[in-house]
Amino acid sequence: MAIKVFKNFFKRVLANLFKNNKEIKMGFYGPPNAGKTSLANRICKDFTGEEIGSVSKVPHETRKVQFKEKVEISYKGKKMVFKMIDTPGIATKIDYEDFLKFKMSKKESKERAKEATQGVIESIKWLDDMNMVVVVLDATENPYNQVNITIIGNLVARKIPVLIVANKIDLKKADIKKIEAAFPEYEVVGISARFGDNLEEFYESIFRLSKKIQ
Amino acid sequence: MSEKRRGEERWGKIKGFSIQFLPYSEIRDLNSDERIKRVLGIILSNNILIIQGRLSSNEEARLIGDTMAMIGHIKDFRGIELAVISGNERESFFGKMAKGFANVLAGGDFSAITIIGPASIVKEMKRNPKKIELLLNR
Repeated sequence: MAIKVFKNFFKRVLANLFKNNKEIKMGFYGPPNAGKTSLANRICKDFTGEEIGSVSKVPHETRKVQFKEKVEISYKGKKMVFKMIDTPGIATKIDYEDFLKFKMSKKESKERAKEATQGVIESIKWLDDMNMVVVVLDATENPYNQVNITIIGNLVARKIPVLIVANKIDLKKADIKKIEAAFPEYEVVGISARFGDNLEEFYESIFRLSKKIQ
Repeated sequence: MSEKRRGEERWGKIKGFSIQFLPYSEIRDLNSDERIKRVLGIILSNNILIIQGRLSSNEEARLIGDTMAMIGHIKDFRGIELAVISGNERESFFGKMAKGFANVLAGGDFSAITIIGPASIVKEMKRNPKKIELLLNR
């Protein structure tokens, strides 16, 4: 009996030890131009000194899934190691003509559109591999976009913990309450990835969310 | 200038399309592959599709992925516009999922209406909890 109790105790200690050392795969999902890469860059820069990818006003700047491994986030004495996974924005339509407005040539626009469609497919495929996901929404846009609902619905179906980030709160048009009303079951953290506003609350939520990983 | 010409100048020309309604009974017994195939078949024929009920989240994601793969391979195809509105909206999408996820997965949320249209026809679907507005391309 005593041996069994000791064995179970030992097993639990080992399991916890392993769990704490394991990298948590944290995905950044959302529609194009919501600020996924800006937020991922901000975190990576704070804790590793390096950025994860380039940002641009032109939609679909991120067209391939990009990673940063072993990002140790420490906040108020707590530490956790993450694998940051920045995904291309998910859209239901991509028109190369939209890129022409950004002074791109027809050839460049077509190439960007082609890569962007592949990026969306890649993002969807990666949904299965996440331990937790930060859904980044533009707080100045209508949150009732079906893409947002589809992403969150898929995460719920896969039992992946979700944190909703309302980005761009530095802008006048930002409306966090609208996002909270659209997704009442989820914690919504308002931030500005560009200026680094309210990241403390974000880190606190990330640590809280990590406890829900199954 | 004739009345017709003036109308064309003001509103532009809306290319031909039709609206198709798909009752839930038509997709109830189909598996996910068949449902998506059915939906795609209708949309690719330049129709706006109204479905009684909703696809599962997984089916919606697959539909997005499949349509993305078609862009650049089918002439003038730029993707889709998609919106779902539910009768008991205040309960919220995810509240309903928590209560009867199996039901939602089976597309059995009868109070919901799904609208899907090709982006070449539907410019934008503006959605709020109470209504969906369809803005068409000229």
